[in-house]
Amino acid sequence: MRMQPNAQFDGQPVSEGAAATAIELSEASVTFGRGDRAVPALSTTTLKIADGEFVALVGPSGCGKSTILRLVSGLVQPTSGVVIVGGREVAARAMRVGMAFQNPTMLPWMTIERNIMLPLKIVEPFRSNFRKLRKTEFRDKANALLEQVGLKGFGSRYPWQLSGGMLQRANLCRALIHEPRMLLLDEPFGALDQFTREELWTILQTLWMTHKPTVLLVTHDLREAGFLASRICVMSARPGRILDDSRVEFARPRTVAMTFEPEFVALNQKLRTFIEDARSAAEQGTG
Amino acid sequence: MFGIDIRQKAWSAGLILLFFVAWELFCLMTGMSDLVLPRPSQVFLTLYQRFPVLWPHIVQTLATTMFGFVLGVALGVALGAIIGVSKTAYDTCYPLLIGFSSIPKVAVVPIFVLWFGSGTVPAVLTALSICFFPIVVNIATGLATTEPELEDVLKALGASKLDILWNVGLPRTMPFFFASLKVAISYAFVGAVLSETVASNRGIGNVMMTASSNFNVPLVFAGLFVLAALGVALYVVFSLIEGRVTGWATRKNDVIAT
Repeated sequence: MRMQPNAQFDGQPVSEGAAATAIELSEASVTFGRGDRAVPALSTTTLKIADGEFVALVGPSGCGKSTILRLVSGLVQPTSGVVIVGGREVAARAMRVGMAFQNPTMLPWMTIERNIMLPLKIVEPFRSNFRKLRKTEFRDKANALLEQVGLKGFGSRYPWQLSGGMLQRANLCRALIHEPRMLLLDEPFGALDQFTREELWTILQTLWMTHKPTVLLVTHDLREAGFLASRICVMSARPGRILDDSRVEFARPRTVAMTFEPEFVALNQKLRTFIEDARSAAEQGTG
Repeated sequence: MFGIDIRQKAWSAGLILLFFVAWELFCLMTGMSDLVLPRPSQVFLTLYQRFPVLWPHIVQTLATTMFGFVLGVALGVALGAIIGVSKTAYDTCYPLLIGFSSIPKVAVVPIFVLWFGSGTVPAVLTALSICFFPIVVNIATGLATTEPELEDVLKALGASKLDILWNVGLPRTMPFFFASLKVAISYAFVGAVLSETVASNRGIGNVMMTASSNFNVPLVFAGLFVLAALGVALYVVFSLIEGRVTGWATRKNDVIAT
């Protein structure tokens, strides 16, 4: 299951470290609609993310965080600028990344393991072997992932038999089953209670440490960003742009207790100040 | 669960029985003439005696109904899929569809007769035209309500529109589809009988028309009973299929907590 280094990476020098660039937005902007009704969603943004990095995007609501995710996944095309993912420009087709949203959207007529195997039905090379391997290798793969998120034995259950937290764990499995090099998470834990959320942070951290995908996480929760990310980008109010880009150096694996230590709280405070400034700037701008 | 089910069915059967008993008693007490309202016992007797004569007509009505229904389902699914997938097609076609469905089908039968002559063809067409609308609406609604997040997840994987339709759209539509089938089969039945009543020399509808012009009122009612029984039977068949295919949509009772 370990991610293979991508041969297509040309190994061009990146700002920090020797890792190859997984995602690169250069001067990318997004505007929805045209003419008088044009809504700028993302101002000209330049962002480089190295292979295997865990980046959190935080910022006031409606600031274009999700737009960046949609740009990277190929669901939205940049109005101007270029988006390069995995060494290729995102334009012609979707990038086969793993995605997970706040709503787990498990299909109610399938068991959990079949839900998790859904990407294998679509992405090559799994697609051509799906009929042959769905009852053997692929099912084992699904159950191995389920075990990693603490859902061992739940594969044959139906989604309505699981709680919200369990469904969200299954959702992570579905996003990872086809071994994507890139995982895009849009507020995946937003609808969960505090304790379940913290539990899932730990699970996600473990998944990331074992599979090492490049992760782009959109969140409102600053503690979540600090706990999970190796790098945090703070965005301004709509139309969004990146105000601050800082590394999080705490040792891994991180623990929930750690989020109450002074350095962590200080980081939180710093981020909070950025976002509050961005919000008040936006209010002055519109009012 | 099972015990409650049996008891429920017993109550339903009891109510039907009570209805007939009350009807019988009402006729006996008021000395109602056969020509106005025959007693249920007379109707059942007529049904029993005339059954060999009725049987070919039952087959005819059933055949036209099923034929019209199958065509209606095919047309309804195709049209529903087209307008369900595309928002533009949905908005464009809806007014026309509503207009079509608002026409009383009894007014269409003479046109069908004019085009195709009396008999089986107008009956099939009436059944079709009356039953396809609920299917179109339900298929289109089912497809249009696919969660956008799930669509994004699949699109991000490089899924084509067809992949999404096949893996998500169509299965999601099944409960809507079967709910509409139950309605549509009853409609198709009404349409077929309607057409037979107006313009045909075969079928239960025609038998009832002939019987009523001969003042054979018990036979008219026998025809009604046959129609009711067939309607219930067809409904039950489609409910059973629905239960088997889309059980997932109605099984929400025993949730397991963490």
